[in-house]
Amino acid sequence: MTEGYGAISRRDVLKTSATGAAIAGSLGPGNVAMAQAQTAAPPHAAVSLKINGKATRLELDTRTTLLDALREHVKLTGTKKGCDHGQCGACTVIVNGRRINSCLTLAVMHEGDEVTTIEGLGSPDNLHPMQAAFVEHDGYQCGYCTPGQICSAVAVLEEIRAGVPSHVTADVSKPSPMTTTEMRERMSGNICRCGAYSNIAEAMAQVAGVKA
Amino acid sequence: MRPFTYERATSAQDAAAKVAATPGARFIAGGTNLLDLMKLEIETPTHLIDVNGLGMDKIEAIDGGGLRIGALVRNTDLAADARVRKDYGVLTRALVAGASGQLRNKATTAGNLLQRTRCPYFYDVNMPCNKRKPGSGCAAIGGFSRPLGVIGTSDACIATHPSDMAVAMRVLDASVETIRPDGTTRAIPIADFHTLPGQTPHVETALEKGEMIISVAVPKPKGGTHIYRKVRDRASYAFALVSVAAVIGKDGKGAVALGGVAPKPWRVEEADALLPKGSKVVADCLFAGATPREDNAFKLTLAQRTIAAVLAEAKA
Ligand SMILES: Cc1cc2nc3c(=O)[nH]c(=O)nc-3n(C[C@H](O)[C@H](O)[C@H](O)COP(=O)(O)OP(=O)(O)OC[C@H]3O[C@@H](n4cnc5c(N)ncnc54)[C@H](O)[C@@H]3O)c2cc1C
Ligand code: SF4
Ligand code: FES
Ligand code: FES
Repeated sequence: MTEGYGAISRRDVLKTSATGAAIAGSLGPGNVAMAQAQTAAPPHAAVSLKINGKATRLELDTRTTLLDALREHVKLTGTKKGCDHGQCGACTVIVNGRRINSCLTLAVMHEGDEVTTIEGLGSPDNLHPMQAAFVEHDGYQCGYCTPGQICSAVAVLEEIRAGVPSHVTADVSKPSPMTTTEMRERMSGNICRCGAYSNIAEAMAQVAGVKA
Repeated sequence: MRPFTYERATSAQDAAAKVAATPGARFIAGGTNLLDLMKLEIETPTHLIDVNGLGMDKIEAIDGGGLRIGALVRNTDLAADARVRKDYGVLTRALVAGASGQLRNKATTAGNLLQRTRCPYFYDVNMPCNKRKPGSGCAAIGGFSRPLGVIGTSDACIATHPSDMAVAMRVLDASVETIRPDGTTRAIPIADFHTLPGQTPHVETALEKGEMIISVAVPKPKGGTHIYRKVRDRASYAFALVSVAAVIGKDGKGAVALGGVAPKPWRVEEADALLPKGSKVVADCLFAGATPREDNAFKLTLAQRTIAAVLAEAKA
């Protein structure tokens, strides 16, 4: 934000326009949906999760994806919504040690699960090595895909170490080697509109301790 | 997304009985296909039965050879299983050629077989589509048909089945094991599992109402060289234009199936015997009676060339 905008953050501007939309909605066709919601409340269910080490109990509309639960209910907005259809990877989080697209899973399906988001990997004063490497190598431009890229990158190195094969593994009967070719293939589920790919690959190679 | 109630299944039979008895009820496994379609209101279940907690996530050896793969085994775990990598390489290769690492971590064996077509008009609720809305017509016929099917299709639907894993399962002669709402079980050969569209493209499998997949069995290893070759518009994270799954022995004989060309994994058993004769004869046999469109006729040439590449790789 430039100084001219004073203390108003981008988030405040978004909040104001959302209020505006709600007011406009009460005059337009939007009020039909609102009236329906008032007469028959959609089914809700409770779910307990461990998010970044913290036990969290939520009462949610069953339709709430894990992504929306994290962003809208727990207010962990580091995880991003790009496509909402499993196509971009911006919503990648780590659940019970595995990376998944949080947009294509229901929060209520995660009873008892441990969720790690970008906020749980490290903090501004105590960055995860992968976060630090992304900063060092400029592994982003706008930063929108970055939380998903970093969560994915952390999990990718674990997957290679655990011996999970990939499309570029020459002999699938043997463990996959820790190479940049392997890392690049495994990162194909994370799209970057800014095209920071080669810098992301460098950051990952540094953390993995191999030549980029 | 339309509102729905949610429950966790307590047993496979209970889940099957509930899906059969509750209008609008559906199983949910990984959710990566069902939720995608629910967001677009192409699928509109009113009750979801979560089958994830049923312990069907194991891969067990079958007496006398072969593996029984639980319906809930994740695509990642199936691809990474040491026995699968060693004896069923075509399956590992097909799995890792599909979707992304994140999706494979969630996607299940049963869900993968039951994923729905990627026909762009099926996804566009403003367009006619006999599969999505029976009787509404088919926007793909006469429309943009490049990604669509060239054989096994009908004048009601020319969609393809998008799964990579299913093509490998077809070449391995897998069978799909199920439980019905009354508790009886059966095994459906993969060849009969997916059905051709005819005049009812909304019917896609042999499953009855409420019938639940509990496992997929693969018979004892065939030996030979296992290859899965997928050709797509980008090197990773894209559906197949054409794919070839093959298991080929030292004598050049074996089995071959195609993906990306038909409403089901496409195998014609007579073509297997022709493998030693080269790609042209094999492709001619596989595509006898094909009905390509202007936009997708290239798939016939592409498939033949991909078969040629696979045969060369098997010899090398
Ligand atoms: C961006 C993207 C790219 C993709 N690329 C590819 C690709 O290249 N190749 C490929 O093969 N796939 C690809 N996929 C598809 C992916 O493989 C499927 O979404 C996944 O395999 C579905 O499995 P699931 O467990 O998540 O199924 P779900 O979404 O949970 O279920 C799918 C269907 O199966 C039913 N079902 C689930 N379990 C059972 C059971 N036990 N018995 C009976 N019915 C059951 C459900 O009711 C539902 O109708 C892609 C998906 C996305 C989003
Ligand atoms: S090809 Fe099948 S899925 Fe596609 S629009 Fe036609 S009927 Fe629908
Ligand atoms: S927001 Fe989940 S993959 Fe794009
Ligand atoms: S940094 Fe902008 S989308 Fe990746």
